[in-house]
Amino acid sequence: MSSRERILGRVRRALADAPGDDTPIERTYLREHGDRTVEETTELLAENLADYRAIVHRCSPDDLAVTLAGMLAARGAKTVLVPPGLDPSWLADADAEQVPDRLESTPHELDRIDSVVTACAVAVAETGTIVLDGGPDQGRRRITLVPDHHICVVRVPDQVVGSVPQALERLDPVRPLTWISGPSATSDIELDRVEGVHGPRTLEVVLVGAQPSAEANS
Amino acid sequence: MSGTFVGMPAFPKAAHEAVNNPTLRGNLRHATHTIRAKREKAVAEVSDWAELREAGKRIKDHTLRHLDDYLVQLEESVTAAGGIVHWAADADEANRIVTELVKATGESEVVKVKSMATQEIGLNEALEEAGIHAYETDLAELIVQLGKDRPSHILVPAIHRNRGEIRDIFAKEMSEWGRPAPEGLTDTPAELAEAARLHLREKFLRAKVGVSGANFMVAETGTLVVVESEGNGRMCLTLPETLISVVGIEKIVPTWQDLEVFLQTLPRSSTAERMNPYTSTWTGTTDGDGPKTFHLVLLDNGRTDTLADEVGRQALRCIRCSACLNVCPVYERAGGHAYGSVYPGPIGAILSPQLRGTASEIDASLPYASSLCGACYEVCPVAIDIPEVLVHLRERVVQGGEVTREGNKVVLKPAKGHAAERAAMRAARWAFARPGAVRAGQRLASRTRRLHPRRLPLPGPGKAWSETRDLPPVPAEPFRDWWQRTQGGKGGAK
Repeated sequence: MSSRERILGRVRRALADAPGDDTPIERTYLREHGDRTVEETTELLAENLADYRAIVHRCSPDDLAVTLAGMLAARGAKTVLVPPGLDPSWLADADAEQVPDRLESTPHELDRIDSVVTACAVAVAETGTIVLDGGPDQGRRRITLVPDHHICVVRVPDQVVGSVPQALERLDPVRPLTWISGPSATSDIELDRVEGVHGPRTLEVVLVGAQPSAEANS
Repeated sequence: MSGTFVGMPAFPKAAHEAVNNPTLRGNLRHATHTIRAKREKAVAEVSDWAELREAGKRIKDHTLRHLDDYLVQLEESVTAAGGIVHWAADADEANRIVTELVKATGESEVVKVKSMATQEIGLNEALEEAGIHAYETDLAELIVQLGKDRPSHILVPAIHRNRGEIRDIFAKEMSEWGRPAPEGLTDTPAELAEAARLHLREKFLRAKVGVSGANFMVAETGTLVVVESEGNGRMCLTLPETLISVVGIEKIVPTWQDLEVFLQTLPRSSTAERMNPYTSTWTGTTDGDGPKTFHLVLLDNGRTDTLADEVGRQALRCIRCSACLNVCPVYERAGGHAYGSVYPGPIGAILSPQLRGTASEIDASLPYASSLCGACYEVCPVAIDIPEVLVHLRERVVQGGEVTREGNKVVLKPAKGHAAERAAMRAARWAFARPGAVRAGQRLASRTRRLHPRRLPLPGPGKAWSETRDLPPVPAEPFRDWWQRTQGGKGGAK
């Protein structure tokens, strides 16, 4: 008998006496916590991102290229990794040398690049999370992992949802997903949170959209 | 289960040694109290916690009830997505499968994401025997591995170490394993984290094989989920060419939507965060992104035996958050090592004796490693009634009875050492079935009460009980006599 048959047989015998159960799972929990305007949801996203030590910027679409160029310059980045489908206008003003991600780039090569700029698939306000799904403007999972500085652009309000349940609805499980809530961290020393272990130690998020209150939170 | 902890003394003995270690007690007290307050705050932020908890419980119960169907569905969907599924009935088989898979790649080292399942089966030791080095990459696992130590907590296996001890381990041991610790390393957590980053980076960048567990597996889509903080998980899951995930069969959830419950309850319960820094999900393999080959090893190792126990099977709902450890007064004082298993604390006290059986001294003593205060049940995000299972397992230890071991029904003999307890229970049963005898006994006790000692100096094993407990004072008049005399206390009669 194969182990597959053995295990399935054990499961069936273990459940032989269990009562039937055909009641659907009741989902009485909330789809979203609290009533918020679109504005407030974006505001909450910014707050929660910052609470977990992501650096949050806000700008209008027209100012995005200047904003990104300024961020890369402030970081002193000489090289910036670019996913294949990133809108070329985003980095039009940047001085840093743009390195396109290639399939054959080794992890060691990625390790020598200063920064990476990507878009995202969705952002979750209640948890301060950005989710990448490997789309062309986000690239392979490793490019947002090995470089020490990640800049992620979120289109607000289109890409922002309130809650985790709403985010899952929007995402395709077939794609490899990375949910990111702040820079890498650990609680392993005395159960206290310390930022900066293996992932990018600096996470900057640019919320780009029409700016009702310009310069807020920048 | 693995032999890692074979020969462990029973819990009371191990705990006795632990409570006399002031450094250990200080470290544990500090860490558990830090996380307790934070968890409470993180949970209070969501107004529907009770509903999320109930939904989590129901999803898990439903999954367990139909586990055979969901396992088959998962196998199909993982295979369709390009993964290869293996089945392992016990630890030895799982270790053999993984060792063969690594050997087939021609590599002699693997990088590992923290995983309870691979700890449970003793995978690192099995790989080492085959000449394959397994590098733990989670910070706490690294501390344990470098310190040639054993894990003492589900989430933070090095919780028993303070920053000074961690500094010393890094300074002394890192050079043995690879890049040495930086000169003049201090004990600030940020510097320690930096030292780990530098030490492990070279291993990540050259790794060809990654080994992981998973927090969840989604049956309908074949998706695996790893929830982590440091980014070491992402490294192991995306940089190597081959990924091998060893996952307990109870980690299944039926649908993608079900994740919406656990991705809310797990981070808040474990690290007290709204969301942990990184969550990775993958479905089979993806062209050009991540491992080219993905193996999933489905592990039984006592889980189906646990499933066969009507009361005990709820332990399989566990999502390994460790909230029950952090809140437990016994764990806080005894520490994780005393539990003699990779699963310490309240959940370990009900999981280990079910996964491994109650034959060994340590496993037979674990159901007693609790004051039954119920704090663990209160904080459990999937509502496992740990005290209920503890009492159930105590009954099994004392009375024996029918259980399932490795898929077969066997009848356990009552454990040795509980003869006095059984005799006392038999005497009580005899007396309470005879009201006259109880009345006579009570009157006799009342009349002789001035002669009673404050403590009962029992000889032999009974001493452990009587030495630390006063006898309850006996009233001048038994309750039942008072009730009859005053007609139930009518008119305030004394």
